[in-house]
Amino acid sequence: MRINFFKHEWIETNIGLMLVLTMLAISVGGLVEIAPLFFIKKTVENVEGINVRPYTPLELRGRDIYVREGCYTCHSQMIRPFVDEKLRYGHYSLAAESQYDHPFQWGSKRTGPDLARVGGKYSNEWHVDHLIAPRSMVRQSVMPNYPWLMQLLDQSDIAGRMKALRAVGVPYSLTEAEREANVKKFGEQVAAQLHIADARKNLVDQANLGNYDSKPGVSEMDALVAYLQVLGTMVDFNKLDEDELVRAR
Amino acid sequence: MAATTLAPAEQYNFDIVKKFAVMALVWAVVGMSVGVYIASELAWPFLNFDSPYISFGRLRPVHTGAVIFGFGGSALFATSYYVVQRTCQARLISDGMASFTFWGWQSVIVLAALSYVSGYSQGREYAEMEWPIDILIEVVWVAYLIVYVGTIMRRKQPHIYVANWFYLSFILATALLHTFNNLAVPVDLFSMKSYSLFSGTQDAMTQWWYGHNAVGFFLTAAFLGMMYYFVPKQAGRPIYSYRLSIVHFWALGFMYMWVGAHHLHWTALPDWTSTLAATFSILLLMPSWGGMINGIMTLSGAWDKLRTDPVMRFMIVALSFYGMSTFEGPMMSLKEVNALSHYTDWTVGHVHSGALGWVAMISFGSLYHMIPRLWDTRLYSARLVEVHFWLATIGILLYIIAMWISGITQGLMWRATDEFGNLQYSFVESVAAMIPFYIMRAVGGAFFLTGTVVMVYNIYMTIRQAGQEEAALEAKLAAKMANAGA
Repeated sequence: MRINFFKHEWIETNIGLMLVLTMLAISVGGLVEIAPLFFIKKTVENVEGINVRPYTPLELRGRDIYVREGCYTCHSQMIRPFVDEKLRYGHYSLAAESQYDHPFQWGSKRTGPDLARVGGKYSNEWHVDHLIAPRSMVRQSVMPNYPWLMQLLDQSDIAGRMKALRAVGVPYSLTEAEREANVKKFGEQVAAQLHIADARKNLVDQANLGNYDSKPGVSEMDALVAYLQVLGTMVDFNKLDEDELVRAR
Repeated sequence: MAATTLAPAEQYNFDIVKKFAVMALVWAVVGMSVGVYIASELAWPFLNFDSPYISFGRLRPVHTGAVIFGFGGSALFATSYYVVQRTCQARLISDGMASFTFWGWQSVIVLAALSYVSGYSQGREYAEMEWPIDILIEVVWVAYLIVYVGTIMRRKQPHIYVANWFYLSFILATALLHTFNNLAVPVDLFSMKSYSLFSGTQDAMTQWWYGHNAVGFFLTAAFLGMMYYFVPKQAGRPIYSYRLSIVHFWALGFMYMWVGAHHLHWTALPDWTSTLAATFSILLLMPSWGGMINGIMTLSGAWDKLRTDPVMRFMIVALSFYGMSTFEGPMMSLKEVNALSHYTDWTVGHVHSGALGWVAMISFGSLYHMIPRLWDTRLYSARLVEVHFWLATIGILLYIIAMWISGITQGLMWRATDEFGNLQYSFVESVAAMIPFYIMRAVGGAFFLTGTVVMVYNIYMTIRQAGQEEAALEAKLAAKMANAGA
């Protein structure tokens, strides 16, 4: 005699059971792969010499513009550990380098080159000319022109933006205690940039000091170029022990 | 019995199905036109016209949103509401809620497109909608779930038909994915801008868990639901294997959720995660092909329909593309292959062999089957279905062949080194080498779009013909009544 311990008929005649079992089946994968990333310390490298800082107010606004224009649809920010990528772009990207990136912008497509370490590779003037008319700098480029980036930057909600990021875990400081913690972690100069109360002033000062687009006033171009110029520059790989880095992953 | 005296139009809510079916075609034309346009922008960058509103970066999510959620989504709403009513022999539980899902969903697509061109984006692929639109989606989706499950609970026989399992898993999975991938903190209550709750590695994993399962559930499981109803119906034969359906359903649902991290091979995501994802990607080949075999073999004993029935041909070619892209996908998830294919056009080609070959073709087949039945008439022209079929097939082939060549070329050019170990090509040389293939891709897309326009004309004429037939019938009846009265 054959005893049926299980019949699929039970599930397909019972909508409640079907809902519950389906939900279980589709929940496992995500739970196993995502949840541990928040708890396994090795997920983000913790190696002496890596001290990635949050973006300054101006860089942050530049990043917002990067997201607004959908740059990630053609540019990645994630260098893979291959010889050719090292030659072309530099050291492979670390998880630590995008730890303050809400959202991440690793991208999935390189219609244009990777930008993870574009910071410092070209002059400010080059970036400005290139963004306004890419083919004036690189004849065969297929990138759109971005002349509208010369418009003035909306600075009105910079504090609100930093507060929202603070709420999701970026160490922008509201209180004096938070500011002091930042001084300890990042040094006096950086900590001053991360203080929300001074956001507007810091933003204007950095734009004027950098004068990225060589025009008076703070333009969207100033912000975007400031962001591009900081990409990939926060970790000094000369001061890093490669072996320790490998072990840390 | 009262039920038998009701006309079909009253027994079922077909009005909502009609609305969604028409909008599926509208969004198909809109989404594919934008697709052809942005493909052309890559070949001829002057087409960006220095305008923020039509620059590639802003239009690309308009394209993906309109085809996936507009065309695909409306086709799924239409067919799922049709299938659930027919297989359960029950009317939708609430016309009001069904109508709400229609207007809600259409608003989502329009608002999303408008917000992208005006520069509001979360910067997450296929989930670019900012938070207020995300909330609207959530509400619409809960209403959808209630209508769907409620209607199943009204079913006239004990068994729930297999197509409904797939539609259900799609509704549940989409709710789960959408909710967790869009957790974000807005700048303030009156600002469209928000920042995602997670950052960096965790954010990347969450996004690709979403991204790949948008493919797995929105673009696969749901369209398999379509397949499990419309293929047997059009073939006039029962599904090949009941047992295979069960294995197909549970294995597919369980495994898909593991594979997202294969989009993050060789990145800063820990190796264990991406290796696990690669493993499940390869395993996934089995249920995928099981499903394809189940669909294609349903035709066994009626193979002649492939020759005589162009609608059937859409469905079977769709299943063949499903088989092809579910083979290509696992192959591309192998780390060694991925090292070459990732970041290149090969990925774009792969997506489109699935999206055009499988999703669009099975939808066209199902809509061709369903629309004449909804309007109680026959297709205006079988010949035009044939024309559509060939335009679409040629279009897909041009598209994916162009992307294979350009993708593999890019991958090889990027890694090529000379005898001294220096890079052989600058990046822009690889860009320049792509232009002929970008043109070929745009032409392929134009073929596919033209096919869709032919379909829209055919369907328009079908619906018009239904109206004329009804008018003729009414006139005849009126004449009869008048005679009887005289």
